[in-house]
Amino acid sequence: MTRAPLTRVLGRAAAHLLLASAALAVCFPVYYVLVGSFMTNADLAVYPPALVPHHLTLGNFAGAARSVPLARQYLNSALVAGVITTAQLLTSILAAYALVFLPLRFRGAVFGVFLATLMVPGEAVIIPNYLTLSGWGLADSYPALVLPFLASAFGTFMLRQAFRQFPQELRDAARLDGAGHWRFLWRILVPLNKPTLAAVAVYVFLSAWNQYFWPLIITRSAQMQTLQIGLAGLHDADVADPGLILAGVLLSVLPTLLLVVFGQRFIVRGLTAGAVR
Amino acid sequence: MPTSPRPPSSARPAEKALAWAFLLPSVAVFALFLGYPLYRTCYLSTHANDLFGAPTRYVGLQHYADLLGSAEFARTLATTGLFVLLTVVPGVLGALLLVLLLEGRIRGVRLLRSAFALPFAFSVAGASVVFGVFYNPATGVINGLLSHVGAGPVNWLTDSGVALVSVSLVTIWLNLGYNVLVLSAGIGSIPPEISEAARLDGAGGWRLARSITVPLLGPHLFFLVVVSTINALQTLGQINILTKGGPDHSTTTLNYSIYQKAFAFGSSDFGTASAQAVVLLLVVLACTAVQFGVIERKVHYA
Repeated sequence: MTRAPLTRVLGRAAAHLLLASAALAVCFPVYYVLVGSFMTNADLAVYPPALVPHHLTLGNFAGAARSVPLARQYLNSALVAGVITTAQLLTSILAAYALVFLPLRFRGAVFGVFLATLMVPGEAVIIPNYLTLSGWGLADSYPALVLPFLASAFGTFMLRQAFRQFPQELRDAARLDGAGHWRFLWRILVPLNKPTLAAVAVYVFLSAWNQYFWPLIITRSAQMQTLQIGLAGLHDADVADPGLILAGVLLSVLPTLLLVVFGQRFIVRGLTAGAVR
Repeated sequence: MPTSPRPPSSARPAEKALAWAFLLPSVAVFALFLGYPLYRTCYLSTHANDLFGAPTRYVGLQHYADLLGSAEFARTLATTGLFVLLTVVPGVLGALLLVLLLEGRIRGVRLLRSAFALPFAFSVAGASVVFGVFYNPATGVINGLLSHVGAGPVNWLTDSGVALVSVSLVTIWLNLGYNVLVLSAGIGSIPPEISEAARLDGAGGWRLARSITVPLLGPHLFFLVVVSTINALQTLGQINILTKGGPDHSTTTLNYSIYQKAFAFGSSDFGTASAQAVVLLLVVLACTAVQFGVIERKVHYA
């Protein structure tokens, strides 16, 4: 076949060039955070940006550590995201088990209700939730940060799909061995569905860690705010401190960056389940 | 869809009770923090409120009528539509271009795909403050680069003609990782025989993409358009951090308007904000309905 080899070569060269420049553009903010957080503000303001810094400093991180709320807010975020992830795994495992393995009247209707919750954007319920939790005297507290997120249809939906594919023979064998529902669930079903559980955990953790709207309105004191709200506050500071901002972003993005880099196969599993985040 | 394994009809009462016990935690959370507040939002949207947001008297559809007649709200809706266009179209098309280029049997595909997925790790707040540093008119890298090619400094966040574009850029970058992952998964699910057959027929590069890959990616593209639209409708952080809806309301979208009316600057106008929240809910539900309608008819989803 003679399909104009020159155009082919040129086409491939163009594709490589386009991809390389796109990759540079997409990765630039990540690189800037990574390198900039070790640079002084004076170096950061130099044109053209010093892409390979000649003088590295830990000053920004020292500054971030000194600004007390940021450390406390880091712990807040870890605690809140940890509790939400654990709770959603538990409630989703139980609900999915009931939907798949237990006798249930109105099974279809119950599942329909779970699916319907996925379609409600958080903004449509955020005002009453704010009023409810303030009314309970819980504004600006840990319980308020986690309570509305202790269950999710997303996790239930993914686990239901996985449980339905569980081999009937294994289940029958477990039952013959005398395993009741509780033992079958925790000793056999859960250990054999670790990849799906990991996928759910990664998603729930990412979205809980990165939450913005709810912590913004339900917390008031710097001591109770999460890292994301603290980061936004750095931007609002009277004297802009880009080095400190970049160091704060680097610290905040480290856990999720590790998840995305090393947990990508789990992320791909849950990509199209649960459209509304 | 295969039917789920049916338990025997003579199910023991204890098992039935167990089923409801297992469902209870989820159902309780949904009822308290989703069902009840959904009703409550509708309730608040039909009531006037005092300065502290407490409902005072029933006003029927008055808040909705006020919104319909308000030039400010019309502008908010127009801004929202523009923001959806500015983020969804480039976001989906850009990701499509990238995954198509990645298909060209290029070295280091895995590394590149991982690189494109990186923004997925960033939070709205993190991405916004980083771009806030870029957008700084005096010290930011973007104006720095512009000055090198002789272009004048741009006030990215304080020029009402540019601010919405600046906010859109952050959003596109932030969503690119997810979009690339979805489309890569889509391409991965195309049977290799199909592309091989097309290649044997002499289709390569552009023609392969146009007549085989893109049509087969249709459902994924459609899914992305719907999800990105819903995400754009729910955007808050970028706007609150970078522009606070300004300058001159040029970045006040529907969702941001809800936030402003209900929570910003000591405002507690829950009635008006709730009416706007109901409008947002209806728009999101319409998007979801379109998604389900089309997908039910046209494609099989994993």
